[in-house]
Amino acid sequence: MLLDLPVISEEQVEILLSDLLEHYGYDFTGYSKASIKRRVLRLYMLDKAVSFAEFRFKIINDQVYFKRFVEQITVNVTEMFRDPGFFKTLRNEVLPKLGTYPFIRIWLAGCSTGEEAFSMSIILKELNLLHKSLIYATDLNPTVLEKAAQGMFSLSQMKQYSENYILSGGTKDFSSYYTAKYSLAKFDDELKHKIIFSTHNLVSDHSFNEFQLILCRNVLIYFDRDLQQKVLNLFDESLEDLGYLALGTKETLDFTSVAKRYKRLPLEKIWRKVS
Amino acid sequence: MEKCKALVIGGSAGSLDVLLKVLPNLSNSLSFPVIIVVHRKHGADSLLPDLLSGKTKLVVKEVDEKEPLVAGTIYVAPSDYHLLIEQDQTFSLDYSEKVNYSRPAIDVTFQTAAEVYGDKLACLLLSGSNADGVNGLKTVKDYGGITLIQDPLTAQVAYMPAQAALHVDIDYTLKIEDMAPFINLLSE
Repeated sequence: MLLDLPVISEEQVEILLSDLLEHYGYDFTGYSKASIKRRVLRLYMLDKAVSFAEFRFKIINDQVYFKRFVEQITVNVTEMFRDPGFFKTLRNEVLPKLGTYPFIRIWLAGCSTGEEAFSMSIILKELNLLHKSLIYATDLNPTVLEKAAQGMFSLSQMKQYSENYILSGGTKDFSSYYTAKYSLAKFDDELKHKIIFSTHNLVSDHSFNEFQLILCRNVLIYFDRDLQQKVLNLFDESLEDLGYLALGTKETLDFTSVAKRYKRLPLEKIWRKVS
Repeated sequence: MEKCKALVIGGSAGSLDVLLKVLPNLSNSLSFPVIIVVHRKHGADSLLPDLLSGKTKLVVKEVDEKEPLVAGTIYVAPSDYHLLIEQDQTFSLDYSEKVNYSRPAIDVTFQTAAEVYGDKLACLLLSGSNADGVNGLKTVKDYGGITLIQDPLTAQVAYMPAQAALHVDIDYTLKIEDMAPFINLLSE
């Protein structure tokens, strides 16, 4: 069989993943194989690696390249107000309920470059709840968190984000939240005063607080069933009674061991902890 | 081909009409799963499976992540996710960068299916206006699978199958009316 592509085998991906665990303590062994293999292969070709041995050596011995490797094999694609219907439900149903509490703690797990954290902040501000809220935005990847903390996103995305914002029930002029600087939109510092960006690895780190709302959207899809269950247990431990858990459009609590304690809101992938 | 284990159909502009004509003529007892990846606008979610399921007795459903592939079922890729097939013959979803300006990208599903099913895979590329699916068909061919395209002359938008014909060794070029009989023949 003659292949055009430099093929990395499943076994070689396994070798790289056990290297990461052994040398850096990052555990990717519970990730879905097809997706991670595709990411590894993509990076291998992008960086024009000469051989698997050289590629492997560099990941083990070059700290800078290791950081790049982790950043590139994890998916960091995100948007502001992605799935506007979801944010509309947060705005109209979930947050007003939480607004009756003296203080609102929100955990955004797998926040990537921060687009969702800023979206949350904007809604909280418009509901006049931002002053008594705290958003913990975490990711395993320090590089994306640095970017997130800058609050600067590509200006070319703003048309799309503004449309999403309006569809999600926003009524302000979206451009009032940022200033354009060259090709970037810099969001108001006020929006990030209530966001704490911090590293947290869902695979290996423990619960660090109790929350009234946990959002983790399009992260579980990358995990195998066992790891999904483990992470859902972590969320369950970290969520107060009557708190809300929000997942991605194609993710579910159905058929998991925590399901019996949760009641789903109609239409959206948001569950309320009922016992 | 010894025995077909999976059929993946990819399409873009102009492919829906083809699917609506092919599905009613598929055997009710296909011996493999059919996976459909078509470009569509994000948000129009459950409409496509409903539309297609009115045209066949086979079960049609939008893919759930980690779901095992079952013979005789037609799976539709959800909008705005890439659809991958795992070695253990389950689906996984991926929200990574668009490929060929598309998510789902036909290339991604063709390529991961090729790695799983090798020479027991058939992939069919329909009408469309970009070249998504062409690289995927190349991989399918490399792994010994069957490469199929809609006859560009019968396509509303010929570009996609025509690009495939230009760059990939295509096993069969099919007219719309020949697709269902061909697929039924792949079945035991």
